[in-house]
Amino acid sequence: MTAEHPMIRLTGVAKRFTKGKETISIFDHLDLGIPRGDFIAVMGPSGSGKTTLLNLLGGIDRADAGEIAVADQRIDGLSEGELATWRAANIGFIFQFYNLMPMLTAAQNVELPLLLTRLNRKERAERVHTALSVVGLADRTKHRPREMSGGQQQRVAIARAIVSDPNLLLCDEPTGDLDRQSADEILSILQLLNGELGKTIVMVTHDPAAANYAKRVLHLDKGRFVERELAA
Amino acid sequence: MRSLWLQVAAVTAINLKSIGQRRWLSLSTVIAIALVVIVLLAFLAMANGFQRTIAGSGADDIAIVLRAGSQAEINSTVSRDQVRLIEDGPGIARGSDGKPLISPELYLVVDGIKRSTKTKANLPLRGIGEQGTTLRKDIAITAGRMFNRGSNEVVVGKALLREFEGFDVGSTVSFGASRWNVVGVFEAGGSVFESEIWADLNVVQSLFNRNNVVQTVRARLTGPAALNELKSYSDNEPRLKLDVKSEAAYFAEQASQTSDLIQKLGWPLAIAMALGAVAGALNTMYSSVAARATEIATLRAIGFGGFPAFVGTLAESLLLAVIGGLLGAAATYLIFDGVTASTLGGNFTQVVFDFKLSPWLIAEGVALALIVGLIGGLFPAVRAARLPIVEGLYAR
Ligand SMILES: Nc1ncnc2c1ncn2[C@@H]1O[C@H](COP(=O)(O)OP(=O)(O)O)[C@@H](O)[C@H]1O
Ligand SMILES: [Mg+2]
Repeated sequence: MTAEHPMIRLTGVAKRFTKGKETISIFDHLDLGIPRGDFIAVMGPSGSGKTTLLNLLGGIDRADAGEIAVADQRIDGLSEGELATWRAANIGFIFQFYNLMPMLTAAQNVELPLLLTRLNRKERAERVHTALSVVGLADRTKHRPREMSGGQQQRVAIARAIVSDPNLLLCDEPTGDLDRQSADEILSILQLLNGELGKTIVMVTHDPAAANYAKRVLHLDKGRFVERELAA
Repeated sequence: MRSLWLQVAAVTAINLKSIGQRRWLSLSTVIAIALVVIVLLAFLAMANGFQRTIAGSGADDIAIVLRAGSQAEINSTVSRDQVRLIEDGPGIARGSDGKPLISPELYLVVDGIKRSTKTKANLPLRGIGEQGTTLRKDIAITAGRMFNRGSNEVVVGKALLREFEGFDVGSTVSFGASRWNVVGVFEAGGSVFESEIWADLNVVQSLFNRNNVVQTVRARLTGPAALNELKSYSDNEPRLKLDVKSEAAYFAEQASQTSDLIQKLGWPLAIAMALGAVAGALNTMYSSVAARATEIATLRAIGFGGFPAFVGTLAESLLLAVIGGLLGAAATYLIFDGVTASTLGGNFTQVVFDFKLSPWLIAEGVALALIVGLIGGLFPAVRAARLPIVEGLYAR
């Protein structure tokens, strides 16, 4: 947790969207540092730019101004192709609606990021098995998404996000579609990934109970952060 | 490189496996493409069957002699004196009795009634010389017997018998003022002659008052090379203003005009329909890209490139096209192949022939289908590759 080498550093980031003639400014001059190994919950009103922030951090959207560095690498200057390669190596995404491929089995879904690596079939199968074991689904490898509950699907999605061993997990309302018990299971897994495996996690949520699992909560409002330490 | 291949394979597999989720729209595209192929192949099979029937009946070592400039037998006249000069010409084969193997022939048009429509149509009546049957391939009597020389008897081709009324063996037919007994049915290896009526030349000449002329002379050559000898003999003899062709060349000429015409009708129609099918394919594939937007964007977020999304989309479109093409070819085969049709031949008489598909024609049909699939998939595939990730992720 070194302040000089944070996991994420945003400096003067601006982001605007143009809809027709109207331009809305989401961030004007956003600064943010997140240390390695942190588990951050980002909260804030709907439309405050939480998803946009994750998209910028994950390199799937571009800022209009400012610098974005992840693990000491500037990503704001990378080309589309370079960004894709960078994402494959560094980022695990977890979405509210899981975004699994419905026609693939759990194992096939989890294997997808490994197709971008040099691993051979056997190595990929081992990694897939490990990742599914971490989320407690080693016995569901052949199941397709529609044969699983929402909580199980999200666990498959988490396995997919960690299978290529990225350092940063970006979760957009990962429990937004789940009942309390499933949500708690998912959040416990995230906590374990953070605590045991040292993954840095940025999780957007509107659920205070979910935010409680994080180490810190950042409140995003009108393009600014308001930080509060949680009582552990 | 290996990774790119894995990406393309994975995305293509995902893409193709998801077709089932769009089955009705996909099916409509398959059917539209199949219809295009059916129309095209029906015309091409028709042209092909016609060409094969006619050209297939021609030999290289048989010469056909017509008056110079007469494209078809019906326009030709050859006089008795000219026939004699040809008999003595070079390159003409002779039988064991030393007689030249030639058949002067008179070719007339008579009326017949079509079985299917009960309408009148023109039929060819051919008066043949003594060597008439031996100068043709695969002539065989399949019912009754051959006509007797000097009597008013006819034999009819089996295709003609199939399509026209009143020619059963034993019946009597009237052509103008003359009456004829049908004594036999012949086959001619599926050639155009099976659509003709044959009788003795001398009897036809006298009953139709054409005693001193014939229309063509058919001659057996000593070999295919003798054709040029006979040609130059004819060209250098002032009394012979005649065209000399091999039977194969003559028939190919006759067939090509009609089969070209059939093809010229078929292609524009098929292409017009193909344009409609392209519009349908575009619609289907844009819908597919829209339906898969979240999947595509998710894969891109994971780190997949745009190229696999391009290939996957194109593969889906081409797969639908191939299915449509093969379905169309299969349907054409089941509906049309071997179906008998009759049409006006070069001599303005009915030619009976079969629709005939060939592997090459099927390839042409499938190629047209693939072009439809390629164009219909290309633009949607570009859209899939360029889909902004953020837009796709929340496109549900
Ligand atoms: N691609 C886009 N085009 C135009 N406007 C957008 C786009 N993405 C987000 N916005 C707008 O930006 C604002 C912030 O969106 P978002 O980051 O999704 O907010 P949150 O996740 O906090 O609810 C919203 O007003 C939204 O309408
Ligand atoms: Mg959001």
